Amino acid sequence: MITPLLSFHQVQFGYKPKTLPVLDGLDLSLKEGRITAILGPNGAGKTTLLYLALGWLKPWAGVINLAGKPIEEFSRRVLGQQMALIPQSEHIPFEYTVLEFVLLGRAPYLPSLEMPSHADERIAYEALEKVGIAHLFDHSVLGISGGERQLVLVARALAQTPRLLLLDEPTSHLDLGNKYRLVRILQGLQEHGATILMTTHEPDLALAVSDEAVLMEKGRVLITGPTAEVATGENLSRIYRVPVKIIPVEGKNQVIWM
Amino acid sequence: MSSVVTAAPLQKTFTRNHKRQRILLWLGLALVVLFFVSLLWGRYPSVGLIPWQQLNQDELARLLVVNLRLPRLLTALFVGISLSASGTVFQTLFGNPLVEPGFLGVSQGAACGAALCIVFLGGSAAMIQGLAIVFAFSGLGASYFLARRIRYGGWVLRLVLSGIAVSALFSAGLGVLKYLADPLRQLPEITFWLLGGLSSITWTQFLSILPATVAGLVFLILFRWRLNLLALNEETAFSMGAAPKRERLLLLIAAVLPAAAIISVSGMVGWVGLIMPHIGRRLFGSDTRYSLPASMLLGGIFTILCDDLARTLLAGEIPLGILTSLLGATIFIILMVSRGVKVER
Repeated sequence: MITPLLSFHQVQFGYKPKTLPVLDGLDLSLKEGRITAILGPNGAGKTTLLYLALGWLKPWAGVINLAGKPIEEFSRRVLGQQMALIPQSEHIPFEYTVLEFVLLGRAPYLPSLEMPSHADERIAYEALEKVGIAHLFDHSVLGISGGERQLVLVARALAQTPRLLLLDEPTSHLDLGNKYRLVRILQGLQEHGATILMTTHEPDLALAVSDEAVLMEKGRVLITGPTAEVATGENLSRIYRVPVKIIPVEGKNQVIWM
Repeated sequence: MSSVVTAAPLQKTFTRNHKRQRILLWLGLALVVLFFVSLLWGRYPSVGLIPWQQLNQDELARLLVVNLRLPRLLTALFVGISLSASGTVFQTLFGNPLVEPGFLGVSQGAACGAALCIVFLGGSAAMIQGLAIVFAFSGLGASYFLARRIRYGGWVLRLVLSGIAVSALFSAGLGVLKYLADPLRQLPEITFWLLGGLSSITWTQFLSILPATVAGLVFLILFRWRLNLLALNEETAFSMGAAPKRERLLLLIAAVLPAAAIISVSGMVGWVGLIMPHIGRRLFGSDTRYSLPASMLLGGIFTILCDDLARTLLAGEIPLGILTSLLGATIFIILMVSRGVKVER
């Protein structure tokens, strides 16, 4: 059997000691080269799961492995080369140019006191090209639209040239056009071998791009498997407690919820 | 294929970074020239420059330049460089353009320590300096540990809150000391210290602050690109291989060290640490790779100019802090309302 790129074994985690854990008995494994979507109502522990995968939060119990090795055995720097986070939103305090900001993604490859080289700038610029906003390279990150800023965060993650991309509700600030672009970008990355784990509130997005889906509720994984089998009307109705139907239209599954 | 497409915009970036480096070099050169001109500038024998021949003949002029002006100018240089560097680092780490090097209890701590020394311990220069530096660091320590005990809010908010609280305690203490001080002897001395000035700087004082100041500044300069990373959210910085808590603390100490050392000999020199980082960013962009050295050089130039005015404008000495605030705030206002001022960003 192939070693999964990322796996959780009986992971338990909570934010405050002596309270109920937020995640409990969580098992999950990500296959390399696949897009996995985590679905679940607010407070199900989706973002917590991402932060645990990143190594930013430490589990109370259980093991999280990256390529078969516990993540605490990796240095932060190596983790930064293997995994990149695209946060839901980010506070940017100063007017960096887009290129300067994306260049920060090269940090895991540079010793603490070293300056980025021309090669690093080139990688950062190519990351901008990949997400289709290279023309904005000289704009201020604070002077572009929210959707473009989200794409800048994607580019910064790509500048880390990671094996695994972690996206936290990537479409929450995007209009329809940018959502479509993001879907195409993710599919393009997958074709180049990237493994992607994303949380989302939109079953449509999961159905459109993900190979695998994970349904979470109250800190546990309810069902996991191929998206078409997991994101069914029945299952979605159960976790969101609203009637949901999945109807195939022109060969694609569409989510109907009203 | 991509090299053909990417060449133009990237080349533009490379050229600009090159240009920024060149401008930094010119700023450095301007600073050196200003330094040597200022060495000859003063009120001896009359207002203006001491002629070069006179230095060879006049023993008094030589002593004046070597023993009084040189240590004073070097201190002014380090006041500017240190406060601007710490200011830039503080503003970046806290993601807030309103903080200045002394706000974590450092300035008020130093002031309280100096006043304590003047009122109760006689107030020799060395003792004032020693107590000011001890209190500056206890201010920082108190702010840091209080921030760790606060049970809500993010790290930045907690540090800002505890910095405000600790500063308030020290300034209350300073108030008590002023009230207790002998209004004829001690109170003027406290006031003069609070206004900041370099009129009585000696070689001993300058040399005593040199090691800590240089160590802190060298570290900050070497760390200047990675500093950008620590302006980001903690989890984002972590995801890019940083240890945000440890690295921030390290930078905080490296930034406070020169600032506290400088405040202990110069007193409160206001506005340098607040506006030079703004001007640096305004002229060179937010990337601390360039804005940090830029603000340091600008800070050095600004403080030396202010000190030149402080010692020659009137027959008596004008406290340096008054001039830095007056000119600093004026420049700040002009900069904030004008749009066109920028070198390359």
